[in-house]
Amino acid sequence: MRETYTVTLPKMDLAELTGRLIVIEGTDGVGRSTQIKLLRPWLEQQGHAVLDTGIKRSQLASRGIQQAKEGHTLGRITLSLFYATDFADRLEHEIIPALRAGFVVLTDRYIYSLMARAIVRGLDPSWIHNVHSFALKPDATFYLRIGVDDLIPRVVFSTGFDYWESGMDLYPSEDMYESFRRYQTALLAQFDAMAQEYNFTIIDASPDIQTVFERLRAGISRVLKGEPREPLFEMPASAPPAANSGVTEATSAGKTKRSGAEKQSGDLQESA
Amino acid sequence: MKRYGEHRFPGKLFVVEGIDGSGKSTQVMLLHEWLHAEGYGVIFSEWNSSPLVRDTTRRGKKKQMLTPATFSLLHATDFADRVEHNIIPLLKAGAVVLCDRYIYTAFARDVVRGMDRKWVRELYSFAVKPTAAFYFRVPLEVAMKRILVGRSGVKFYEAGMDMGLHEDPEQSFQIFQGKILEEYESMITEFDLTTVDATLPIEEQQAHMRQIVKAKLAQAKRLRVAP
Repeated sequence: MRETYTVTLPKMDLAELTGRLIVIEGTDGVGRSTQIKLLRPWLEQQGHAVLDTGIKRSQLASRGIQQAKEGHTLGRITLSLFYATDFADRLEHEIIPALRAGFVVLTDRYIYSLMARAIVRGLDPSWIHNVHSFALKPDATFYLRIGVDDLIPRVVFSTGFDYWESGMDLYPSEDMYESFRRYQTALLAQFDAMAQEYNFTIIDASPDIQTVFERLRAGISRVLKGEPREPLFEMPASAPPAANSGVTEATSAGKTKRSGAEKQSGDLQESA
Repeated sequence: MKRYGEHRFPGKLFVVEGIDGSGKSTQVMLLHEWLHAEGYGVIFSEWNSSPLVRDTTRRGKKKQMLTPATFSLLHATDFADRVEHNIIPLLKAGAVVLCDRYIYTAFARDVVRGMDRKWVRELYSFAVKPTAAFYFRVPLEVAMKRILVGRSGVKFYEAGMDMGLHEDPEQSFQIFQGKILEEYESMITEFDLTTVDATLPIEEQQAHMRQIVKAKLAQAKRLRVAP
């Protein structure tokens, strides 16, 4: 059965959510949406129904957040809670129903981005964790990782610097480049810290689009087949990879398969 | 980020709480008049009144698309906007801030709607602790008599119709308010609420309130902006 991080919401039925929840995380401009545009048709060709969703796309709060951001008068706590509202609406009205219907849900960012932004803006980490503690644990989170030096040219030559993505509310300066650099560096540090805590699969996003796409495909294929993660994509592991398979085969009796699989993912978590 | 605790700002914060029909809005209005006449810089802030969130809340209510979670988070967003842009700056500036409903309203309503008790309290931990929080205590029947007379029906969320308590809005409203009342009662000691007997004549309640507010303002004479 699926789990949330801690609390469950009223009438939140976690049984029979047979779909797969796959998160694509990473900082602004790293290429998440480009990859999702490629992943969706690829998954559909294989016969999977796909829901793609992302931050600020809820029916309820999308327009309100957009309007509020245009005013640049949003307080830090207010902004975080507005985004949490948007997330809750999508979780209850889109993500959970899609999982129940057996869809592959591809989400462009998840609570991790929301938490990273809040923490960089000086909010209490335990507070922002609690706010999002009703979120479903995903089947996998692919973290597209890039260094700030590789990131800057991509942003400059695609969308240019955005007020909020440059953290101008945090580091007001006449120089958006400087603000962007400081803000994105701080965000990357938060993502890196979360990679361990939340068991992200890290994908180096500095190569070309096709290479990143191939790596994502391999990772997602494994998730869909219920296979353990490819060691290639792991954070440096301390435990020898052979230990996992030993555990699975050594277990006997009726619940072999299940406890074996759980043990395996537990091991991966520890070694990650 | 400061967490729910005594603030050190020069201003003072007084809040009124209670179920619908407890008479709290009347009382806070009278208090406002009095403080103003006494020469204090006094500002009033109402629950669910942030212009930033207004359109979203209206949309959610109109289309009945709010769940307990989004209802809770949206009201917290509204409150956060007022705290960040209104309440805290005013307290820093030395104002007397009066709030019609505060975090205790959210604690009562959200918990009745099934949200996790601890989660909701933690959600609002950025709130400033009031100088005094008045709870207008009234039996359910008295409040219902006051409210349902001359009223042309209760709104969907106001009546708690989203919880499927009863098909009849009026019945649903009563059940919902009854549950909220229970939550308030349990918060009296938890948050050290100042209880006002809301069955007493209006004048007596107001005198009680003014006496307490006066004592709290005694050390803050400089808050007066006019003679």
